[in-house]
Amino acid sequence: MRYLPLADSDRQEMLRAVGASSIDDLFVDVPEAAHLSTKIEGLADHASELSVERQLTAMARRNMVAGEVPFFLGAGAYRHHIPASVDHLIQRGEFLTSYTPYQPEIAQGTLQALFEFQTQVARLYGCDVANASMYDGSTACWEAIVMARRITRRGKAVLSAGLHPHYVSVADTMAKFTGDVLDKALPELTAETDADRLLAAIDEETSCVVVQYPDILGRITDLTPIADKAHEKGALLIAVVTEPVALGAIRSPGEMGADIVVGEGQSIGVGLNFGGPYVGLFACKEKFVRQMPGRLCGETVDAEGKRGFVLTLSTREQHIRREKATSNICTNSGLCALAFSVHMTLLGEKGLRQLANLNHAKAVQAAERLAKVAGVELVNDSFFNEFTLRLSKPARPVVRAMAEQGVLGGVSLGRLFPGAEALQNGLVVAVTETVTDEDIEALAKALQETLA
Amino acid sequence: MSINQSGWRPESPQTGVEASADTFTGNRALMLEEPLIFEMDERGGTGVDFAEAPKVSSRLGSLERNRDIDLPGLSEPQTVRHYTRLSRQNYAIDLGLFPLGSCTMKHNPRLNERMARLPGFADIHPLQPVDTVQGALKLIADLGEWLIKLTGMHSVAMSPKAGAHGELCGLLAIRSALEARGDKREVVLVPESAHGTNPATAAFAGYRVENIPATERGRVDLAALKARLGPDVAAVMITNPNTCGLFEPDMIEISKAVHEAGALVYCDGANFNAIVGRVRPGDLGIDAMHINLHKTFSTPHGGGGPGSGPVVFSEALTPFAPLPFVEKQGDHYALIEEETAEEHHGRTFGRMTAFHGQMGMFTRALSYILSHGADGLRQVAEDAVLNANYVLRALEDVLDAPFGKSGPCMHEALFSDKGFEGGLSTLDLAKALIDEGFHPMTMYFPLVVHGAMLIEPTETESKAALDQFIGAIRNVAERAKAGDPSLKAAPVHAPRRRLDETLAARKPVLVYKEPEQAQAAE
Repeated sequence: MRYLPLADSDRQEMLRAVGASSIDDLFVDVPEAAHLSTKIEGLADHASELSVERQLTAMARRNMVAGEVPFFLGAGAYRHHIPASVDHLIQRGEFLTSYTPYQPEIAQGTLQALFEFQTQVARLYGCDVANASMYDGSTACWEAIVMARRITRRGKAVLSAGLHPHYVSVADTMAKFTGDVLDKALPELTAETDADRLLAAIDEETSCVVVQYPDILGRITDLTPIADKAHEKGALLIAVVTEPVALGAIRSPGEMGADIVVGEGQSIGVGLNFGGPYVGLFACKEKFVRQMPGRLCGETVDAEGKRGFVLTLSTREQHIRREKATSNICTNSGLCALAFSVHMTLLGEKGLRQLANLNHAKAVQAAERLAKVAGVELVNDSFFNEFTLRLSKPARPVVRAMAEQGVLGGVSLGRLFPGAEALQNGLVVAVTETVTDEDIEALAKALQETLA
Repeated sequence: MSINQSGWRPESPQTGVEASADTFTGNRALMLEEPLIFEMDERGGTGVDFAEAPKVSSRLGSLERNRDIDLPGLSEPQTVRHYTRLSRQNYAIDLGLFPLGSCTMKHNPRLNERMARLPGFADIHPLQPVDTVQGALKLIADLGEWLIKLTGMHSVAMSPKAGAHGELCGLLAIRSALEARGDKREVVLVPESAHGTNPATAAFAGYRVENIPATERGRVDLAALKARLGPDVAAVMITNPNTCGLFEPDMIEISKAVHEAGALVYCDGANFNAIVGRVRPGDLGIDAMHINLHKTFSTPHGGGGPGSGPVVFSEALTPFAPLPFVEKQGDHYALIEEETAEEHHGRTFGRMTAFHGQMGMFTRALSYILSHGADGLRQVAEDAVLNANYVLRALEDVLDAPFGKSGPCMHEALFSDKGFEGGLSTLDLAKALIDEGFHPMTMYFPLVVHGAMLIEPTETESKAALDQFIGAIRNVAERAKAGDPSLKAAPVHAPRRRLDETLAARKPVLVYKEPEQAQAAE
């Protein structure tokens, strides 16, 4: 057992030292009825490294790898190229195998990286402050709604129809228990966003309006009028960004008046990973900082006056406030936040702008090409790197049929909104810098054949 | 004057500050001071090269970005150096013993990292057609099956993203089950020794929280618990082994009493590593328990996460478990989501996160389980418990062990600062341990003990490592009992001396501001 350093002779010596005749003496508090005397059924005994590699590799081979086929899936998770040095750096043992930085004198590496991360996120979102990350975008979105309730002391959240349906599901689940009222709607397969509905729904009971930017169909809305109306009624504007690369090309939600901006950071530095681990981003205006959930890293000085960093404002947190805490979250996505920050540092202003331009240009190119396929119509007027096609047939079987031909052609709205008849022919297509001209041709061809 | 307190700017070396005055750079030999990326940025820098974008007309509408984000960029060598230098200011389990009680920092096998990075797991999208991800679904199903068997429970929810998220999952299932039988209960009982997340979670799930005291022997006060049970109590949240490092011997009786009162038992499974392969929580009458994969199954903590907190359920709670989940249907693995929930899982309380959970952590945990196997996992628990008892008995003559007479501890040993002189406290001992080259133990937790020190060596420490650690802590403890004032100054050898946490909270500086901006804000 290669991970267990004690030798049997050590065990015997240590048992003697603690005054036990056998290991069972140390489990005396376990009630007789709960002792497990048999081995776990069906589980083999310990295995060599080679054997485990073989077992897991066999499972991995049964999956269609995104990087090996023409690939166009988005809808909350995006495939971007990650520079080799990102993974190299986060695999350094001092980052990978360290704990939450509760002992700041020997955790300055993690803490300084988190301080840099917070600054990068705040600037990207156009906000004053950001936290040290959340589990993912969907849970960050819910935490923002809870935070808005705390600030406004109102319980009605108005959700945009363009919000990712899984984010809505998470909010739905939680609202059942907290008693929040969610005002929500299904999107329509049109170029128009639901801004008018949102403006009409904001009233004196509204705690917040939640808008996704770009939205689930890829459409981009000017958030300013929604922010103005929300503020006029004493409500907050929460903007959700599932594709942070977009902010290299379009105005930030903070600039347009959003009070809280949350989202998924997976696009930058973190791979697809079949849905997790991801990294939730969370930023807001300075005046709300003490209402924020999650960890915060702050600057301070040490006993010699040197600059250093610590976790701070912990009086909001569960380990001190227990049932009165702003959130029950006790962890962050530290390593994924580091990956985000390293990738963002490599990009810089210049690289992020270039990456965003490249994504947009490729997406425009693809949209124009795909719209020429018979039975395909482009829904969006505006978009960044993701857009929606209306197909002449339900999109779900089309996606499956294309997968059989080796093309992962997008996410069907049928999968995202099961039961919504009007959306069944919608296909959401994401195009990033990883997509080649040949990939676009392959998708056009697969669509053409499947729709014929 | 330099705004950079770290003293890295050669044009303005710090004077009058002993430690940074002795070198021109502020560096101390191999310990290099490192500025922030915002201070190093030569505007326009970048560490990536992109192909030229095709010429197209914009579809961004009126929202095209018209001002700078102001993100610093560094070349690749600068970036690699920056983060490598930062990494050297961190303590980590790869460097040595990390005796954090209730946190469980054990060796992270690199095989697990390699497996998690197989493209077949790392480079697949959560919304790919299920036929194209059968291997990934099998992995989730297999891991779930082992978790069910190891805990003796009935079903598992894989999607919770961390331990506290798992607690919420368990309580939401409990609340759903109670409401399904028309039972509106309002109170959750939480023993004093519980993690702070427990009461926070109960409050988030819409419950009022009441504490249950601990006995002098560090266990749940059974009589007090029984006396409080009643028709308004929805659940009891209990940690077993508890945060005093002790097994709750009355657990079966507690579960029985809770069930008789019509309530359910939630177990915080953070300490499952102490009993894995030897005790199945299902046999203790528990209804829901989360498992921190990073603790018991060695997925790396990464300086604060990501975690992963699958929840196992008893039969009573199974119908209410969250979406999505994987179901084996013959040779095929199906993903049960909103669409198919109605027929398969009509009473689910819903979805807790956008996708399927922490796949990267699942891969690591399964790799660990298969590596250890049935015999190894049992050995894990035994070695973890043996190591903790070895530490307990080796230190109880120099450190007060409040529950030392209560019998053996499980995977962690609890001490207090009773007997320290000269105003010295747990904090001072902890900081002195840093100078000895160790990460301090968990301090001031659990709250039931004054000046608590909770030491968890885990099973991946050798006897030699334990002996060295014991020697260091004995030395520091003797000094604390003698009132040695130099302990107040510890650490002196760390990258930073004691940091002013009060200042950080009083005047929060959470993002970097250019010097002129920072000045304007004052």
